[in-house]
Amino acid sequence: MLNVGSLARAELAAQLAGAGIRLRTGAFTTCLHSAIPSLAEGIALLYADYPLLAADDFADFHLQLVRPLNARRWIKPQVKLLYDRRSIFKPLPLDQAFPMFEWGLNWCVSSRANRYLIVHAAVVEKGGRALILPAPPGSGKSTLCAALVGRGGWRLLSDELTLLRLDDGLLHPLPRPVSLKNASIEIIARYVPQAVMSRPVTDTVKGTVAHMRAPAASIARSGETARPAWVVFPRYEAGAATALEPLAPAHAFMQLAQNCFNYSLLGAHGFTALGGLVERSLSYNFRYSLLDEALDAFDRLPPPPL
Amino acid sequence: MPPAPPLLLTVLRHPEQAGALTPADWDLLLRQAGSANLMAALHALLQARGLLATIPAAAREQLDWAGVLGERHRQAVRWEVRRIRLALRDLGIPIILLKGAAYTLAGLPPAQGRLFSDIDILVAESDLDQVEAALMLAGWASTHHDAYDQRYYREWMHELPPMQHMRRESLIDVHHAILPRTAALQPDPRLLRAAAVALPGEAGLLTFAPADMVLHSATHLFHDGELNNGLRDLADIHGLLLHFGGQPGFWDQLAQRAVQLHLQRPLFYALRYCQRLLATPVPAGASAACDSGRPGAALLALMDALFARALLPDHPSCQDAFTPAARFLLYLRANWLRMPPLLLARHLFHKAFLSPREAAPA
Repeated sequence: MLNVGSLARAELAAQLAGAGIRLRTGAFTTCLHSAIPSLAEGIALLYADYPLLAADDFADFHLQLVRPLNARRWIKPQVKLLYDRRSIFKPLPLDQAFPMFEWGLNWCVSSRANRYLIVHAAVVEKGGRALILPAPPGSGKSTLCAALVGRGGWRLLSDELTLLRLDDGLLHPLPRPVSLKNASIEIIARYVPQAVMSRPVTDTVKGTVAHMRAPAASIARSGETARPAWVVFPRYEAGAATALEPLAPAHAFMQLAQNCFNYSLLGAHGFTALGGLVERSLSYNFRYSLLDEALDAFDRLPPPPL
Repeated sequence: MPPAPPLLLTVLRHPEQAGALTPADWDLLLRQAGSANLMAALHALLQARGLLATIPAAAREQLDWAGVLGERHRQAVRWEVRRIRLALRDLGIPIILLKGAAYTLAGLPPAQGRLFSDIDILVAESDLDQVEAALMLAGWASTHHDAYDQRYYREWMHELPPMQHMRRESLIDVHHAILPRTAALQPDPRLLRAAAVALPGEAGLLTFAPADMVLHSATHLFHDGELNNGLRDLADIHGLLLHFGGQPGFWDQLAQRAVQLHLQRPLFYALRYCQRLLATPVPAGASAACDSGRPGAALLALMDALFARALLPDHPSCQDAFTPAARFLLYLRANWLRMPPLLLARHLFHKAFLSPREAAPA
């Protein structure tokens, strides 16, 4: 199968601007269509290892990024995201086209893929056991995730969307670029020197944003599910000593439910799935300030009871 | 020439053909179904015919996602209706559920996969005040605060201004008739209420009788200016006709009732476009009996040209150069049917020039 990387840059840009490309990420196919150069640049850099499907293949999501035809076009150019030709978000400054695509694709999955209980959490795997890092923004979840997959030898399942399949209770990978914000960008650039990073985009709603390319090995294994083993709620605190404290299952359940996109939509199915996940995992609160110590603590997590 | 029939219509008419579609066909079909708000309905149809196993896994997955949404929606509607019944229980008056909520509670075919945002009920006009008060006590509040809007609803419309629950944000429309007071057609709500049937196991709740349900759905669709959900509403009528069509005496009753309620014209259109777009089986005798609503040849040719476009999914693959004009003309027609021209002009003038200023903070 053809990869994005097998297309020359000019050819990729031409296909994106023409009929669009059909990009396979994990279980989902997105038909992406856009003539915006910075988007083509981001796709070429961060999605080189992802398969491309043929033009007559089925796509789950149809996304298009366009420049709105208004007077601002000449002063403050903007970008608009269309889902099957309908606008779904307010326009953003043109420079934010690539982050907007990433957010748009997250929106597509989290608002529609109801076969999964979808937790707003990073998820990584080692030795067949998965570590879930749910967290509200600002807790350092993406920084940890980038460090774990960049240097800790963990496989990336996802940085944002933990997909727990309702019928089998397994975690389904959706490896995509890891989104880093503000100070994290510099920290990870130093901590994972071989990381491929996109050009930082300033003044977004989340501050400055850059994306780290997902490891090729994680992308190659995006068909392999993983068994949930640990749920860790991280909190970065400057100067804090590394501390891993066991968390009662009931608390872990409530906090996970609060971080779900579709918990109430799934009703009883969501309750059962989340209950099963918590039962089969060990849960912790985790405070840290040093990435080396954090990685070490995760390597020493005890296996969950069978 | 109107555009070629969309793939969605082909599959709604002949679900068994779904097995022969290519991945590219599925890609287009699901986008058409999504923009027509019929994705969950398509899932329900294919499931009912045992055809889900014959379709490609990726397409089935998307339909399943919509199926989950449909199931959750039916649950939520039943729950919300219970809250409404509880709020109005002490009044001891019959509450008639309309459209989506009625289909859901009565377990009728159009409820399968139907998504809608508000619950419609109908009560006697003389009970409006106490129903509104009881709903307010239970947490619903009027959404239109503008004095002009309040007057517009209370003086000219067939319903109270929509009410929204303060915490759950669910919407309820309380009707006393099925068309605005200002409309040329005035089907007598007393006749509709008198024929209403109790919902088994739901004390105090009723639905319209089968023929009235079809007529209401038809009146709603063919008096409505915004046809974004036109195909879904037509599919509702199709589903009701398939369901009730086999009951003895149904078709005779439908034709007689249309005459009694002066709703021959909407019934004529409903049967015509159901047959044309969805191949709904209508007995020849019934067709003839319902023909009294047929407009003149020139008008009918125009309406055919308009509805053949505006009733299709709101998706680029189902549109031609005339579609926007067709939708706009039907929007004008709907306003014309709902209000006499002079009143309409006054209303549109107020909305265009006065309402925004009133809405601005003082």
